[in-house]
Amino acid sequence: MSGDDLNGRTPADVLALAERVLRFADAESPTEVEVMAMADDASLTRFANSEIHQNVAESNVQVNLRFVVGKRVGVASTNRSDDDGLRRLAERAAAIARNSEELEDWGGLPAPTAIHDIPEGFAATTADATPELRADGVRAVIAAADTAGVKSYGSFSTATETLGIANSKGVRAAQRRTVSQLLTVAMAPDGGSGYAESAAVDVTAIDAAEIGRQAAEKARATGNPIAVDPGEWPVVLEEYAVVDILSMLGYMGFSALAVQEERSFSEPGRRVGSDLVSIVDDGHDPATLPMAFDYEGVAKERVSLIDRGVCRDVVFDAQTAARAGRASTGHGLPAPNPYGPFPLNMAMAAGDTPREQLVRGLDRGLLVTRFHYTNPVHPKLAIVTGMTRDGTFYVENGEIKGPVRNLRFTQSYLEALAATSAISRERRTLKGDFGGVLVPAIRVDSWNFTGATEH
Amino acid sequence: MRDLTDRALDTAAQLGAEYADARVVRRMDESIAIKSGSVEGVAAGESEGFGVRVLVDGAWGFASSNRLTPREADRVAGQAVRIAKASATALRDRVRLDDRPPAIGSYETPVQEDPFEVPLEQKIQLLLAADGAAARVDGVTFTETRYDARREWKTFAATDGSFTEQTITHVGAGVEANAIEGDEHQRRSYPDGDGGPFKAAGFEYVRGLDLENRAGPLAEEAVALLTAPQCPSGRFTIVLDPSQLYMQVHESCGHPSELDRVYGTEASYAGTSFLTTDKLDEGFRYGSDLIDIVADATAPGGMGTFGWDDEGVAAASVPIVRNGIFVGYLSSRETAPRIGRQSGGAMRADGWNRIPLIRMTNLNLLPKPGMSLDEIVADTDDGFYLASNRSWSIDDRRLNFQFATEVAYEIKNGKKGRLFKNPTYTGITYEFWRSCDAVGDESSYVMLGTPNCGKGEPGQGASVGHACSGARFRNVQMGVGKW
Repeated sequence: MSGDDLNGRTPADVLALAERVLRFADAESPTEVEVMAMADDASLTRFANSEIHQNVAESNVQVNLRFVVGKRVGVASTNRSDDDGLRRLAERAAAIARNSEELEDWGGLPAPTAIHDIPEGFAATTADATPELRADGVRAVIAAADTAGVKSYGSFSTATETLGIANSKGVRAAQRRTVSQLLTVAMAPDGGSGYAESAAVDVTAIDAAEIGRQAAEKARATGNPIAVDPGEWPVVLEEYAVVDILSMLGYMGFSALAVQEERSFSEPGRRVGSDLVSIVDDGHDPATLPMAFDYEGVAKERVSLIDRGVCRDVVFDAQTAARAGRASTGHGLPAPNPYGPFPLNMAMAAGDTPREQLVRGLDRGLLVTRFHYTNPVHPKLAIVTGMTRDGTFYVENGEIKGPVRNLRFTQSYLEALAATSAISRERRTLKGDFGGVLVPAIRVDSWNFTGATEH
Repeated sequence: MRDLTDRALDTAAQLGAEYADARVVRRMDESIAIKSGSVEGVAAGESEGFGVRVLVDGAWGFASSNRLTPREADRVAGQAVRIAKASATALRDRVRLDDRPPAIGSYETPVQEDPFEVPLEQKIQLLLAADGAAARVDGVTFTETRYDARREWKTFAATDGSFTEQTITHVGAGVEANAIEGDEHQRRSYPDGDGGPFKAAGFEYVRGLDLENRAGPLAEEAVALLTAPQCPSGRFTIVLDPSQLYMQVHESCGHPSELDRVYGTEASYAGTSFLTTDKLDEGFRYGSDLIDIVADATAPGGMGTFGWDDEGVAAASVPIVRNGIFVGYLSSRETAPRIGRQSGGAMRADGWNRIPLIRMTNLNLLPKPGMSLDEIVADTDDGFYLASNRSWSIDDRRLNFQFATEVAYEIKNGKKGRLFKNPTYTGITYEFWRSCDAVGDESSYVMLGTPNCGKGEPGQGASVGHACSGARFRNVQMGVGKW
């Protein structure tokens, strides 16, 4: 059996753990060494058929040690924090480094940067959230569904991540973040379904009853859909669909590694979107579920990814920055990381169109609530396939006429940015696949639907 | 570990749990990533902890911790009970589990050459040789070669007296060549993209892949694809190589036959299933007479092979589709009684900190005596042979799918010929499987699968196996998109 010598879960406690690991690593004589220590306390209450069916909690610690001998790099990880576990960790990382091959263009570990705390990134209400609080929220969603005569499905999660980074070049960084998310799908007896979601640092900012009401209302509105033909359609995409566009573009193109491997679409100065489209990554924006620094302990910089339709920059970690002869932008992931740096706090600029006017601007088109199971088909052209889900509507003369069956699309997300003709002035914070995302709803003049399904 | 599981189970029972189980899991991972001849990452990881799942007042609770101490066993069991009581405040139907005999015993993956005992330098040299063979081909932009190994020690105990211990070992390796010119990015991989598939085996599996000799021709094909014609649009006969067919089985057979999805418990995330229980009762025609699919947790080498699932149900082979007719589900102790059956043993958890969910085991499309895969090609006048999955997507009821493969070979008069790039095909699940008119025999039957099947909230990955031999489908829509 092992012990856990992490006495508390504060940033100082986690940083102290990282310091202990550094001491064990020093005994193995590294050239450079880096420790990432992370304490996770996460809970999630899941519901289906208007009852709680899964309800879980987790307490864990993760310690990653990057050990460098010359240009040989070894990484080992453990979730033990007792002395024996940490000593073994250091021995394993050192043995890997000594038995590995040199990384010719190893750029070295990052040096300290000026890190500014983001107090808005932590809420004690979320850290202290109880199973009863989550059950209260779920019951509020279910009550809204009951009122509408639909069933509710979803999850309500609260999590605290305490991260500490220490390296032999003097980096010492620690932060504590909280994230909460409530999402729900409502399903009506006639086959209709609707979706709503909210994410926040502070769980008390989530209005469970309102989220439940929104999803239930949409489920009531989507029963007995009619079939429409696939083809090119103007669309209005709600925020839940826009999140997917940003996440996919981040995955396919906004990483310096993707550029260095020539698989990215991003080139400084290349126009890919309409003038309305600007996207940044900003770890300090409280609305993006913020992070002060990355998993290498480098302060996060605000990076302009697309500015008024034109590609500007991509995000860097220490290794890709060294290759490019510039500084990391603070977007490193935990080592070893074959995927490269990643934008974890993306925000799309708001437009000047009131949200409800987006649909009114459609002569004949479709309103899409969200996408399902999207996957790149041609990453360099940012072509993605996926389905619509949980609320797709036919619009005529600016008015929603009724629900339609779900459609498959095969669409270049870059061409969608180029065809973006209106952006809502309101934005929402949502939790994407890879971090917080701040997004508006958008109108796209042409979207390529390539198939249909039976519901 | 028995002291810890006993302690957790006793505490849970004392606090009111009518049923409890505890799993202690230790996991060890090793990975090596080579990119364009450079060792980009070598890592070793270990994770250990335990989870306690309880039923209180007919409602579930689960808590977990990385601290393997008696005191923590008490705390976590108490937390699980508190969580279950919170669940009971929003409960409509009490959970009932099927009866099964207590699970007792041990299981270990057969391993000839322990992957964790093979010297690291030897593994790196093997991978560098394969990567170099691909990188040396003119026109290749970058290469990736990966190796991964995982061993999991798992102890399961339940208040019904069950106690099992299992040691599961998985290994995988693969090489990939990428050729990029302008906006065109072509990839060829072996034995599958993303470093997979894995096998439940030792390092002998990696040696047997013969990566170095396969890498060069593979890279040449990636370069050739840059100037190959675009795969056409239209309705065609297609023959799917096992390297694509396994993914078709995974998405359009495996996921829809998960009984928890059918009952809506994954609705808010991955969706539901068109295979509703009335289709079981009516004998729904899922595919042509040639389609026999089983969920076989006993298949040698499969990533879904084990002794017992994560709620103590012994590994079994469960028929899913027989002679084209839908006959069974992947199920659990909670869901199986609702269709009047016993659990088929498909509950699997991604480590100590996750609850078990219904997951695929080894969902296999059985071979058919008659024609080899080569003979199926020879029997095809006009069509395309598609290999190596590149992209996948399917709707939230598992009906409308679309796949892209790395390569298509034209078939003319029974012979494989020209390469075509960017192939895609799409269809509706049951229409597609009903259009199958040939399934390969044993000679091409191979165990593949994916090590990262996602499901659940919080997210869980699962290693699932798929054995298949290749098959032919008629009148399939190919070529969507506009690039």
